[in-house]
Amino acid sequence: MTVEALTLTLVVITFGIYIYIGWWAKVKDTSNFFVAGNEIPAMANGAAIAADWMSAASFLSMAGLISFLGYDGTIYLMGWTGGYVLLALLLAPYLRKFGRYTVPDFIGDRYYSNKTRAVAAIATLFISLTYVAGQMRGVGIVFSRYLQVDIVVGVLIGMAIVAFFAVLGGMKGITWTQVIQYFVLIIAFIIPAVAISLQLTGNPVPQLAFTFSDIAESLSQLQVDLGMTEFLEPFTNMTGLNVFLVTLTLMIGTAGLPHVIVRFYTVKDVRSARWSAGWALIFIALLYLTAPVIGVFAKYNLIDTLNETDITEARDISWVSKWEETGLLTLDDKNGDGTLNFMNENSPDNEVMIDKDIIVLSTPEVAELAPIVIALVAAGGLAAALSTASGLLLAMSSAVSHDLYYRIFRPDATEKQRLAVGRIMIFLAVILAGYFGINPPGFVGEVVAFAFGLAAASLFPAILLGIFDKRMNRQGATWGIIVGLVFTLTMILLMRSVQVFGTETQVLENFLGVDALGIGAVGALFNFIIAFVVSRMTSPPPEEISQMVEDIRLPNITKKE
Amino acid sequence: MSNDQVNEKQKQYWKKNLRLILSLLAVWFLVSLFAGVILAKPLSNVSFFELPLSFWFAHQGSIIVFVILIFIYAIRMDRLDKEFGAEEVILTEKDEKGDES
Repeated sequence: MTVEALTLTLVVITFGIYIYIGWWAKVKDTSNFFVAGNEIPAMANGAAIAADWMSAASFLSMAGLISFLGYDGTIYLMGWTGGYVLLALLLAPYLRKFGRYTVPDFIGDRYYSNKTRAVAAIATLFISLTYVAGQMRGVGIVFSRYLQVDIVVGVLIGMAIVAFFAVLGGMKGITWTQVIQYFVLIIAFIIPAVAISLQLTGNPVPQLAFTFSDIAESLSQLQVDLGMTEFLEPFTNMTGLNVFLVTLTLMIGTAGLPHVIVRFYTVKDVRSARWSAGWALIFIALLYLTAPVIGVFAKYNLIDTLNETDITEARDISWVSKWEETGLLTLDDKNGDGTLNFMNENSPDNEVMIDKDIIVLSTPEVAELAPIVIALVAAGGLAAALSTASGLLLAMSSAVSHDLYYRIFRPDATEKQRLAVGRIMIFLAVILAGYFGINPPGFVGEVVAFAFGLAAASLFPAILLGIFDKRMNRQGATWGIIVGLVFTLTMILLMRSVQVFGTETQVLENFLGVDALGIGAVGALFNFIIAFVVSRMTSPPPEEISQMVEDIRLPNITKKE
Repeated sequence: MSNDQVNEKQKQYWKKNLRLILSLLAVWFLVSLFAGVILAKPLSNVSFFELPLSFWFAHQGSIIVFVILIFIYAIRMDRLDKEFGAEEVILTEKDEKGDES
């Protein structure tokens, strides 16, 4: 079978499984629809969180991104894993004890205000929407690259699949589909990594090969010789201050993302919430500990194979000609000496241009793996994109149908009405996400800065204070959220004005040296300070709220009498 | 048990929980932002097998420690729950949803 036929077969099989699970998990009540009836086992929830968390970008682009950022790539490695420690220790157990459906549920109840609830619901919608657009785009790209299907058709197929299991099965369907998707994507990621690690070092465990071989050192030296940045040297691409703040922003942003937090409502008790955070991070770490290894090994291999090679000889290698056709790899013998010369990517004399996505995509071929592995990588990329999209869609749907419709406008709505509204909303969200997937807004690459910055500056501090500061009241939390949100949004918009508004130059270069991606940590700090000061100047929260805080702090002692 | 005793017990449970959280977060900070960013330059000259120590923390070590920290918390809290007799009541929690007593 050709690679295309194999890919198609694998994609059809995996999609068939997802659809079957959607049908099997169809739900009849809101508890199952929003939180899977609180009966997901801790380990399964961990796998679902991991699949939800790792998007098409983590799967396809992160290893490549790190191979270009070198040491500074740690912003993604530590930033996108460290938040789970904060979640497990500071938020997850208490939110599970609180035990409703959404993040705005907690904020609205804890701060006894429907206005604050509405602000949290709108923040949830905005964060999830910016995030989901890129996922649908990812689906389209995988389809077009592997199956030569038009991007629009690819997005439409992806929409149909997600709509099926999400509308029918709600959180229950989404969770069990994600468990399967996790295994598809992690197997697809690990096999090429093991192969390239064996090929280069003879050691099958990528992480050990990374630490105990001299490949990283050789790459670093090779890059210096070719006039690129030294791979192992810190702060060659960003200032130290920015590496610090971007990492911190991604960490607290992770802990504040609504679609991640809601997963902890789906397990049966407080204890399972703690354990499922651990399982989630183990599953995530498998990919995040492997990505930097692939990045280094694949880049070393590419440079080693191509540098100072005769250009016609290079083109005889089958994967070189294949990727050159796609435009992801460009060979250009500028000085006409017949051989390829690698140089700094920005140098005009550089003769080899590598797109960062090629690092993961080309590894199976470079390592001469069977075509089935290439097909598996395609199915893995699709699994990563679809699982993340479905989690986000549910977060958006619940913000509208549960928080805004039921809790604020129609508290008397029947169970049946609420479920119907939930289904309609998830369907509309799929269409909206598909629209943005087909017509991506110009600033789609900047959404990461928005989603993480806003989650860090608005939701995280409000939830944390709601649990750990009994004296925190409505006024403090609300003003904290508003100041954090407005500050962060304004700063990102000013620094990204070229992409968002189309201005000639950035209105603001940076804020005291802090870049857009790292501004969320500063916004969160402002949120904490304002919330603290305002709450101490206004009246304490009512007695029943203090009681509620006492109650969520303990798994159950209060009920023992 | 009287109400005062229950309150005293709750306070103790919470204090122990907070102490555990703070010590684990201190480790969290040490292995990530401290070793991988603040000490990035000085620790570059110390090697960890074939890699500079700070690079290893930034790209591998911190993530491994993160996983361990969460499991330590889960295990220690299970023990604390047992010590305070908190885990038995979980069984009834579902029936008592919304009960503020």
